Amino acid sequence: MLSKRIIACLDLRDGLVVKGVNFEGLRTAGDPAELARRYNAEGVDELVILDITATLERRRALADTIRAVARELFIPLAVGGGIRTEADAVAAVEAGADKVSLNTAALSNPSLITTLAERYGSQAVLVAIDAKWEGDRCAVYARSGQMAANREAVEWAREAENRGAGEILLTSIDRDGTKVGFDCKLTAAVSNAVSIPVIASGGAGTIDHFTEVFTRGRADAALAASIFHYAETSVRTLKQHLKQQGIPIRL
Amino acid sequence: MIALIDYHAGNLTSVRKAFDALGAELFTPANPGDVAEAAAIVVPGVGHFGATRALGPDWIEAILARVGEGRPLLGICLGMQWLFEGSEEAPDLPGLGLLGGQCYRLGAGNARVRPDATPPGTADVTTIKVPHVGWNALDMRRDASIVDDVATGSQVYFTHSFVAPVTGDTVAVTEHGEPFAAVVQRGHVAGVQFHPEKSGDVGLQVLRNFLSLVG
Repeated sequence: MLSKRIIACLDLRDGLVVKGVNFEGLRTAGDPAELARRYNAEGVDELVILDITATLERRRALADTIRAVARELFIPLAVGGGIRTEADAVAAVEAGADKVSLNTAALSNPSLITTLAERYGSQAVLVAIDAKWEGDRCAVYARSGQMAANREAVEWAREAENRGAGEILLTSIDRDGTKVGFDCKLTAAVSNAVSIPVIASGGAGTIDHFTEVFTRGRADAALAASIFHYAETSVRTLKQHLKQQGIPIRL
Repeated sequence: MIALIDYHAGNLTSVRKAFDALGAELFTPANPGDVAEAAAIVVPGVGHFGATRALGPDWIEAILARVGEGRPLLGICLGMQWLFEGSEEAPDLPGLGLLGGQCYRLGAGNARVRPDATPPGTADVTTIKVPHVGWNALDMRRDASIVDDVATGSQVYFTHSFVAPVTGDTVAVTEHGEPFAAVVQRGHVAGVQFHPEKSGDVGLQVLRNFLSLVG
């Protein structure tokens, strides 16, 4: 049976791993290559590197960091943040990324999804959707949560799939860094609307939060950052507990 | 030197990196004639079977000739599907035909289980999505050198929508709504539907086993 994936996210700024709350208030959590090694040894299923300030400061994802992280890693590696053009994606892939994550660039230029899917295959194209509830509607935000994109999350996920996206990385802005649990309502709505895998992100605080998002939230994978960085929960402990709760997991 | 066939179906950085880590030397043949120099051949690839159109009759002839001389061949993902006679994904294109059978879409034979087929709120974690993306288990059906020191139940990383049929050449099957061939081997021809370069220690062991075939 297909396992539910546990994905560790390294939010990068200036080559260092950082983590904020509700997309603001960053604090430093360490060297990316070192954290990547630790998570790999603990049995993480996949890694995501997001250069979170790249969009705002118009910096490019750092090829050197990708190379350093990819060197000893034989699990899937996705890279996002500041990938605005096909050339940016090519640089990330050539540095060792297996997947590129498009967010703001996909919203402003949706044809980039198709261009990259045709070049590398859909499995290499992840569309990241940052969303927050506004009444009954889940609004999509661009530019690291700074700018309303005038799109609705479910409808945008469907369009991204049709344009060639291989996976959706769905982040709840409301829950990001809060540790109060994933947004299962949002995740289930998007997961039910598309055939491609949905990675839930934002709000992981306890092991039960993962169980909830894999069952009620219908997530195919769950991503977390802070609870792993500060060693509050090791990837291995989390996976062992999920397995005991009947969730299909790779140990 | 091992020939890594680049027909522009996906990126080869990860495959190169994994073989590098195992100390194997690779080259990318620029034309079919170069295959004659190869100690072994690796055909990687992801995506649509139609991408194998770039491997026309000249490539097929060169690869079959080298395999006929006893050189090992490993097909990865789309490269494994190409070992078969063809695929429903691109019915007009022949595969290498080293293994019998046609590749087909996962879930094509039965009603596909849509994620919305279960009411919201139920604790169903078994619904099937296509493409099949993620880590899944290898169920060993027989011994074969390509899976030496790989235990049944080991998990490996997949990303694909089409599959090869389970036949006498199947070494391991994986289940995603239905069983399909995850590892195949006939003599010195082997194939894996998963990505050994992305499957941690298990994947590296499979590549090591292939290198042992090369000698």
